Amino acid sequence: MNTTLSRRGFLAAAGAAAGAAAGAAVLARPSIARAQGAARLLVVGGGFGGASAARFARIAYPWLDVTLVEPQSRFVTCPYGNLVLAGERGMADITHSYDGLRARGVRVVHDWVEGIDPVAKSVRLRGGASLGYDRMILSPGIALRWGAIEGYDEAASQLLPHAWVPADGGQTALLRRQLEAMEDGGVVGIAIPGNPFRCPPGPYERISMIAQYLKRHKPKSKILALDAKDAFSKQALFQDGWKQLYGDMIEWVPLSKDGKVVRVDAATRTLETEFGAKHQVAVANIIPPQSAARIAISAGLADNSGWVPVNPRSFESRAAPGIHVVGDANNGAPMPKSGFVANNTAKQAVAAAAALLRGEAVPEAVYFNTCYSHVGDEYGISIVGVFRPTDTGIAEVPNSGGVSPRGDLPEQRRAEAAYADAWYASITADAWG
Amino acid sequence: MRRAALGLALALTLPTAAAAQAPLVAQGCLGCHGASGAGSAAIPGLSGRPAAELAAAMRAFAANERPGTIMGRIARGYTEAEITALAAHFAALPAGGSR
Repeated sequence: MNTTLSRRGFLAAAGAAAGAAAGAAVLARPSIARAQGAARLLVVGGGFGGASAARFARIAYPWLDVTLVEPQSRFVTCPYGNLVLAGERGMADITHSYDGLRARGVRVVHDWVEGIDPVAKSVRLRGGASLGYDRMILSPGIALRWGAIEGYDEAASQLLPHAWVPADGGQTALLRRQLEAMEDGGVVGIAIPGNPFRCPPGPYERISMIAQYLKRHKPKSKILALDAKDAFSKQALFQDGWKQLYGDMIEWVPLSKDGKVVRVDAATRTLETEFGAKHQVAVANIIPPQSAARIAISAGLADNSGWVPVNPRSFESRAAPGIHVVGDANNGAPMPKSGFVANNTAKQAVAAAAALLRGEAVPEAVYFNTCYSHVGDEYGISIVGVFRPTDTGIAEVPNSGGVSPRGDLPEQRRAEAAYADAWYASITADAWG
Repeated sequence: MRRAALGLALALTLPTAAAAQAPLVAQGCLGCHGASGAGSAAIPGLSGRPAAELAAAMRAFAANERPGTIMGRIARGYTEAEITALAAHFAALPAGGSR
């Protein structure tokens, strides 16, 4: 019932955006001047997918003229945001400038892409300019589906933060402030969506890091995690760690035990579940259902699922040739919507775009993901996967990948926590460095 | 220069598909092992190490004959040709990385 309502709202919003884009496509432009003769690769979105694409294009295909359009002047990552919530990192530690990409010869334009014309191969920027391209890498990230949980809209997110799209970091900082202001003994409520969504282990690392903060500073407090599904990534490992490190501080309520939040009241911080249970909490973190970012939907690239179908070797949109869609916005299942997958597949998309610009075959592909999660201090766990394109989609390589072993393995946990830190340094350098 | 020369040698000695794929297949390693394969804090570097050593390590990880935290799970996902190509790629990079 709730699904029907939220879908209708979602499609209406998408339709309005599409109309606006179509109307604006006729507006003209001062075109931004560019290098003569070079093939133009336009990268839209400067997160893990887009920044990695722009950087890799300049390194591996220096004959490409690369422009990156990204609204934020500095990028705040989702990964390690949970450590900011725990007070283990500062906002500066998860904020990255675009100076590294500029130094590599990427032209960085801080603006919003308001419309895409895949036939004319141009985009219209909010600032009024239009940009032409020969191939586009579109890595726009996600949109939060406002209204999919009744009462949860952008205004409500100022009271009940999502902290799932960092933008300028404001949402992460807001949730941190609320945790700091909460009295000892309070209940932190976390609403977690069904699949698919950005960063499958992310909500559970967040639970862990909030528990770590509470255990140290507000030990009488509780975490109530209300989940719209019955199973989650690295579940046994997380639950082992929670029990070992935090005792009974964390209560996780699955879908089948009425865990799905369908309505919130922002003013009273009340979370209401499918069967009518009402939970009033001291701090509420609402991670709502998601779709591909609005630009992907308004350009007509997404299907009814809300995500963008792509060719599994080139990441070219099924709906719009010449536009390669990477990162969380595409339908890359069974690959997770992770920063690592965005980084890794962006490079394949760039290689494919470069090959197609030269009239060559798209290169063979193998995709790789590693997601580390911090469960506690010096306590890390991981899931890895190796994937290959098939005739019908993407498949995980049998007998490979998987999660860390269970059991009392302190050395393994310590090593994985250290590797997680090293991973963050590596992958952010490989995107923005 | 050195990299170009070794890259040429690589192209002449490896199955063509795997050789052409090496730079792309190697991209997956960089997410943890440093943007230039030079390593990152607790994670060891790959660049500039002998190809035979790197390939042997991958095969040992895959066979559960070398202790590790996640490399066994990773190594089992790659083909022998990819492992050979990966090893040659990182061996041909200067130690400490170039980019």
